[in-house]
Amino acid sequence: MSVGKRIELKGIPVSPGIIIGKAHIIDRSKIKVPLRKIDKKDVPYEIERFKKAVETAKNQLSELKDRLPDRLKEHAFILDSHMMILNDSMLYDATINRIKEKEINAEWALKESFEEIKNLFSQIEDPYISERINDVENVVQRILRNLMGHTQNEIFDIGEKSIVVAQDLSPADTAGLDAKKVMGFITDGGGITSHTAILARALELPAIMGLCHATNQIEDGNILIVDGDTGKVIVNPDDDDILYYRDKRAQRERLRSFVLKEANKPAITLDGHRIRVMANTEFLNEIYGLKELGAEGIGLYRTEFQYLSHSGIPTEEELFKEYKKAAQVMAPDPVIIRTLDIGGDKFKGEFSQINETNPALGLRAIRFCLKNIHIFRSQLKAILMASAYGNVQIMLPLISSVDEVLEANKIINDIKRELNKENIAYNPDTKVGIILEVPSSVMIADLLAHHVDFFSIGTNDLIQYTLAIDRTNKEVAYLYDPFHPSIIRMIKEIIKRGKEYKIPVSICGEMAGDPLCVPLLITLGMRQLSMNPRIIPFIKKLIRSISVKELKKDVKKILSFNTSEEIRSYMLVSMKELFPEIDAIGDYFYMQG
Amino acid sequence: MEVKKKLKVKNNLGLHARSAAMIVELVKKHNAKLYFRKGDHIIEGDSILSLLTLACPKGTELEVKAVGEDAQVLMDELTDLFEKGFGELS
Repeated sequence: MSVGKRIELKGIPVSPGIIIGKAHIIDRSKIKVPLRKIDKKDVPYEIERFKKAVETAKNQLSELKDRLPDRLKEHAFILDSHMMILNDSMLYDATINRIKEKEINAEWALKESFEEIKNLFSQIEDPYISERINDVENVVQRILRNLMGHTQNEIFDIGEKSIVVAQDLSPADTAGLDAKKVMGFITDGGGITSHTAILARALELPAIMGLCHATNQIEDGNILIVDGDTGKVIVNPDDDDILYYRDKRAQRERLRSFVLKEANKPAITLDGHRIRVMANTEFLNEIYGLKELGAEGIGLYRTEFQYLSHSGIPTEEELFKEYKKAAQVMAPDPVIIRTLDIGGDKFKGEFSQINETNPALGLRAIRFCLKNIHIFRSQLKAILMASAYGNVQIMLPLISSVDEVLEANKIINDIKRELNKENIAYNPDTKVGIILEVPSSVMIADLLAHHVDFFSIGTNDLIQYTLAIDRTNKEVAYLYDPFHPSIIRMIKEIIKRGKEYKIPVSICGEMAGDPLCVPLLITLGMRQLSMNPRIIPFIKKLIRSISVKELKKDVKKILSFNTSEEIRSYMLVSMKELFPEIDAIGDYFYMQG
Repeated sequence: MEVKKKLKVKNNLGLHARSAAMIVELVKKHNAKLYFRKGDHIIEGDSILSLLTLACPKGTELEVKAVGEDAQVLMDELTDLFEKGFGELS
């Protein structure tokens, strides 16, 4: 049924949902602005022309506002603010003055005014403010189209039901679209905090932005699958794709309705235990969507990406910029940054010669960092500098002895002295914690507790190292099991030590987001979980339906079982009783895998 | 008439698009000019873009001056907006 080559594209998912439909391309390429000198006597005419274009723009926006469907009325302020920008002195008066003083055409004068505003906005640190430059640009483009006699090509002119594909859409475009005809949209530019993304979510239309070249790769009328949950677009899908996504769509629809609405409410058990639910994250882009999913901080910020996407080691400044933004967006909630967790084999260039027969037991994570102090120092310095902008914490991976912690703490203190000397702001009380993921560290948790501010349990590696299995080895992968009694005992031990030494314990491995493990973890005393952000609304819902008091007696039983199978089936039965939706959540969860 | 006052941004989001827009709307309704000062930065309160470029997160202290016939009323209503955190739900 499909014609043309099957292509997969990946962008930033800004509004969830799955749609399958025909592409409708909207040409919104930026207008090339001509520069013309004009005669002095023509200045009044040119100013009049500009005023008229602005007046027309105002009428267009006002019409769009009237067309706004009822459920979007609360978003009318976006269009109001666009109308306000139209007449803002920085844009309107400044352009008229430029026409007068420089004797140039209105288009160029407007472009110059915009460039000046853009320059001012680029110096603003708060991303929620600096990104508003996109609104200014939308308004400017609208005036330009009016000045140059281009049609506004409003999105409501679409004929049949389709998926809108565009370079960029303005909020006015999104607001004006006919929800009966538009199934969703994908754009080359844009990001998750743009008004367009906010509107898309309000309209409950799936949307993916930041696809870069979608408008070049997709032709009008192509069949598309848009997965707004993951950011994946399939152009010209085959029959298997379509079957798979139809099924996935049906499943997610059933679930979505009952959990997402409550995502932002706290997760409190029936008997009053408040659980902090945080997100594991890797890309700066993801961060903007975390609060909406109900994340109360980032419990695990993976930092490897910046090192891997580079040809060399990123600079301190590059790292600082990224961490700072994360800190600002999440503040006052914590951003727990895990220091570099890879080995030299992952780097291009200077370290690529290192050859290890068993990299999982080799020179990686804290070991690699302590051997390559210059890399470690620059990352720690960037993190400390970012600590001035929010609740930033440092987390050291793969700790297996107290010595490693002492060495790392010494380096951190050195850097603090350096920052003092250089008069650079940082939070002197920045918390430093460790990931317990090597069995030796669990055995000496009491010794480690004297030197750190918190523990986080990294269950993925802890299971792998404890059970001596390589998860990537197909022959033994089946042995990987979070319900192994040794793992449950270790977690219990760590929680006990945390209480004893009064330091917080969290968990950031996959177990933290596994609906079957969560009730057990909470009953064992875990109060902070960090997980794949998309599962957060579901886990919060689950937490709200359990009672620690009730589960306590189950735990006793669970700890007496000999095999993981007994533990798993016991959890499954007792959870099914308490929380009948668990099957559906399980499906959803494992589907992400 | 001229009224001066110090106001503190109390709402969580700070002076963002929505709160800045409310200030502009307020200025439009009155016969007075409004000036904001933060450090050496002085801007006029009838420009949403200027208000945004002032970049005021929660906790920012601003010196505000209203000049004109309605200066007092404008300042009173503005104070109320700041006090109520621009109607932002906390």
